[in-house]
Amino acid sequence: MAAPMLRWWCLGRRWVLACIDGGSRHGRGAAIGFTSSRKRGQTSVAQQPLITSQKSRKGEHEWAAVVGLEIHAQISSNSKLFSGSRVHFAAPPNSLVSFFDASLPGTLPVLNRRCVEAAVMTGLALNCRINKKSLFDRKHYFYADLPAGYQITQQRLPIAVNGSLAYSVCVGKKPSRVITKTVRIKQIQLEQDSGKSLHDELRSQTLIDLNRAGVGLLEVVLEPDMSCGEEAATAVRELQLILQALGTSRANMAEGQLRVDANVSVHHPGEPLGVRTEVKNLNSAKFLAKAIDSEIERQIHELENGREILNETRSFDYKLGCTMPMRDKEGKQDYRFMPEPNLPPLLLYDTESLPPGADPQQVINIDWIRERLPELPSETRERLIQQYGILPEHSFALLNEVGLLEFFQNVIKETRAEPKKVTSWVLNIFLGFLKQQNLAVNESPVTPSALAELLNLLDRKAISSTAAKQVFEELWRSEGKTPSQIVSEKQLELMQDQEALERACHTVMEGHPQVVMDVKRGNPRAINKLIGLVRKATLSRADPTAIKEILERKLSP
Amino acid sequence: MWALATRLGLRSWLGWRRGFTSKADPQGSGRVTAEVIEHLERLALVDFGSQEAVARLEKAIAFADRLRAVDTDGVEPMESVLEDRCLYLRSDSVVEGNCAEELLQNAHQVVEEYFVAPPGNISLPKQDEQEPFSDN
Repeated sequence: MAAPMLRWWCLGRRWVLACIDGGSRHGRGAAIGFTSSRKRGQTSVAQQPLITSQKSRKGEHEWAAVVGLEIHAQISSNSKLFSGSRVHFAAPPNSLVSFFDASLPGTLPVLNRRCVEAAVMTGLALNCRINKKSLFDRKHYFYADLPAGYQITQQRLPIAVNGSLAYSVCVGKKPSRVITKTVRIKQIQLEQDSGKSLHDELRSQTLIDLNRAGVGLLEVVLEPDMSCGEEAATAVRELQLILQALGTSRANMAEGQLRVDANVSVHHPGEPLGVRTEVKNLNSAKFLAKAIDSEIERQIHELENGREILNETRSFDYKLGCTMPMRDKEGKQDYRFMPEPNLPPLLLYDTESLPPGADPQQVINIDWIRERLPELPSETRERLIQQYGILPEHSFALLNEVGLLEFFQNVIKETRAEPKKVTSWVLNIFLGFLKQQNLAVNESPVTPSALAELLNLLDRKAISSTAAKQVFEELWRSEGKTPSQIVSEKQLELMQDQEALERACHTVMEGHPQVVMDVKRGNPRAINKLIGLVRKATLSRADPTAIKEILERKLSP
Repeated sequence: MWALATRLGLRSWLGWRRGFTSKADPQGSGRVTAEVIEHLERLALVDFGSQEAVARLEKAIAFADRLRAVDTDGVEPMESVLEDRCLYLRSDSVVEGNCAEELLQNAHQVVEEYFVAPPGNISLPKQDEQEPFSDN
């Protein structure tokens, strides 16, 4: 599941791999509505997976879905956006709240420098234009976790606009190709987070914890350039990796540091866009794609049954696996945006426009920040491919797991084995063991040095690859032993004695004249039988390639 | 401050509305309909309370409308009287918080250091259910 796959989505819930190139579409496990789509060729809408309805016997209706996202990422900073109280995930309720956060009269907002820098870094990493002047506004609505009755945000003139986010999707089976898709970024703005409400159904009350109120958020608005849940999930994952690489947000969905709202609509290709609904409460990477796809399915179902889509807000119910309308708001929300009267415009500078003699604490230089941007995930992947000659999908997989890249690089440092071999061992065997026991990379009982030593033994042909796997298992189980120790304990070394091997081959050949005849008669598989017999005779301590070589030499006339 | 905020919000909101109706009524009759009043009362939780208050509102709008007499073509609107001030940037250090006890003292009801609120917003009664305006 490391490489995301672009799929055909069928209402019969049968997932099919699609090959989106040239015009041919093939699918396995055709469902009822599916055969018809195979005859239909490529549509003019580039690379949008189309959903064929089950009713296509009556006449084919192809639907295209349009998905836009609003992503809120909590800024990784010590203190909040407009006040000096601490930002921390778990703390006693209402202990990280200042008078401003509680909206007590007489308090004023004071902007946190770190949050502005985080916004500029993120904007630059996402190819945005940074607005040298941006403004703060108030967005009014009443809710118990918003003590002021308004949220300070940047609606009119945000800090960054017009960017792009590139993400890659794997298409087709082997050889799978990697397609890069881009989604435009409408804007990035700074805004305040609200407090947390805990609903107590039993006593019909809500408990409010304001620890989160006032924490800085980056709202990243993605234009509706995505067309299914999988694309949206991949884009979000890529944004997550970028934010983590920049250090601007920990972007952990489980801890609520990354929240996603989706705007979903469906239409027939070539016709105008349909009515959109907003899907909220998407707080898990795992359910993101599922939620969006279930909303697409619901909308298609409604429209095909002659009903209309309401422009409403829906919430994803994890247990039911579908979206439900949220508690009805009274008509469309009117947020009564107005300029924040307590904050002057935010001015940013570059090296040219920097006022001379300015206090460096009080000015932010965009060029200075741009020069110090760390390596972005896409650059890292490219570098890995160039440096180690590995495949793009392996490059993806290495970046997809926390700490895996570092592990990989540590192994490479200490081993003589080929990068391709290391990649295969790290991504297949090492990662496999981790996943089986649900461990993180930093919880692994096998250290990079141990794996490096093992790979060295393998590289030197001191052990066979089967033996190496056994050693790995042993390393995993019992910490503290080195690969060499395990090899000698279990006597897994490959036979190095060439003469003994020749004798073994000779013995087997003598003992199985029929098989030898088969080989001489030209049966290609007979030799494997001989190899197997020799291996058994040598207790699996001989290298199969060496055995094959000796046998072939002996058997040639 | 609150009055200013309401007026500013109202101005921008009415300007938006008027954008749709002004083609038929370029000068604006200055009348604020009951529908608008009801909508405003819900949005801002302001109680107009009497017909006199609505009349006062209409006069305030007429007063502000005189701004239209000024030709502002090509002039950048002023968003804030603070526009020439420097926006102070605070360094990212923790200097506040840890006053849960003090804050909770303000609360009407408290459960284990949480503020207590009703479950969701309580809707205003519909207009017909409300008390009719008194004439003073």
